[in-house]
Amino acid sequence: MSKQTTPLPANKALEQFFLEARCKLLDVAAILDRVNRGQEAGEVLANDPRIERIRKALEVMHDQSGGRAERIQQIFSLEYDSGWEKPKPRY
Amino acid sequence: MNYIDPHIHMISRVTDDYHRMALSGCAAISEPAFWAGFDRGSVDGFRDYFRHLTEVEPKRAALYGIRHYSWLCINAKEAENVELSRGVIQMIPEFLDKPNVLGIGEIGLNKNTKNEATIFQEHVDLAMKTNELILIHTPHLEDKYKGTRMIIDMLKNDRRVNPERVLIDHVEEHTVRHALDNGFWCAMTLYPITKCTPQRAADIIEMVGTDRIMANSAGDWGKSDPLAVPELILELKRRGHPDSAIRKLVYENPLAFWRMSNRWQEWPVEETAPVKKKEKARV
Repeated sequence: MSKQTTPLPANKALEQFFLEARCKLLDVAAILDRVNRGQEAGEVLANDPRIERIRKALEVMHDQSGGRAERIQQIFSLEYDSGWEKPKPRY
Repeated sequence: MNYIDPHIHMISRVTDDYHRMALSGCAAISEPAFWAGFDRGSVDGFRDYFRHLTEVEPKRAALYGIRHYSWLCINAKEAENVELSRGVIQMIPEFLDKPNVLGIGEIGLNKNTKNEATIFQEHVDLAMKTNELILIHTPHLEDKYKGTRMIIDMLKNDRRVNPERVLIDHVEEHTVRHALDNGFWCAMTLYPITKCTPQRAADIIEMVGTDRIMANSAGDWGKSDPLAVPELILELKRRGHPDSAIRKLVYENPLAFWRMSNRWQEWPVEETAPVKKKEKARV
């Protein structure tokens, strides 16, 4: 298969996955509601980094330029520093 | 469609799973050495585990017509114990003449620590000395991107390593191109919640193609599905991908990678031939 092969036309993809997208969005909304409901019993701070990451991920969902899954993965990833101290191979 | 699951921990699965995998078309599997759910205390504990992988599990799989291969190492979680890790690495060659051992794996990083990196490099040293294939575990969740980059740094830093003999496992949207663009093989793990769903794995295939990539269930004692590869086959079929492309992903690619193993013995031709060729042969 050559790269960038998507046999499913956009209109059929929407038809096939619309209900799944609806279901998963409702799941996220319900999770956020669940967190809100429990605030009195055990507080989650507004600056909790996990809440911040979810908020940033939701912002990516609005952007229609593509690569959303990869960009959301990056939001939930630790930063990489290329200068880390590497072990030496034993030739 | 026949398929291969190139990463599944059958030691933690029941025999019924072998039965259902056989019914679903599973022709072969490979089982990398992994964490048992607790840290083992001695080299002898690992020796017994390697006997299980190389002697017991192939027999259990054979009862269902499934070929069983394995990979040997001490996993990244236990690599924090450097002394134990070095003892295990020293013992591994005892098993490298077993016919079903494909190479060293699944080595890698877990929390991206210095000790994990040290033991990763020492596994690579062993693999280079013995000319073994390497199977690499990349970390979970937030550690994956950083750990994958660190692993690739170490491999690129070692001039003995031929990327065509290394498979980087558990790739996702943000790591797959790092593996492929550096010449490595890679695999997507179809694992609920923490890795790829069959749908996202199909999306990744649509983005990067089917060269040097495969898919596995990584079924183990956690919540996982030993029939995850057939789920991916179904997803790709539903989207209209041709059988030839699906077969390359779930059968020909893992076989092509395994064939580079030092001890590889070819399967009978009728097992590896595409279905159409078998049908023609019967006419």
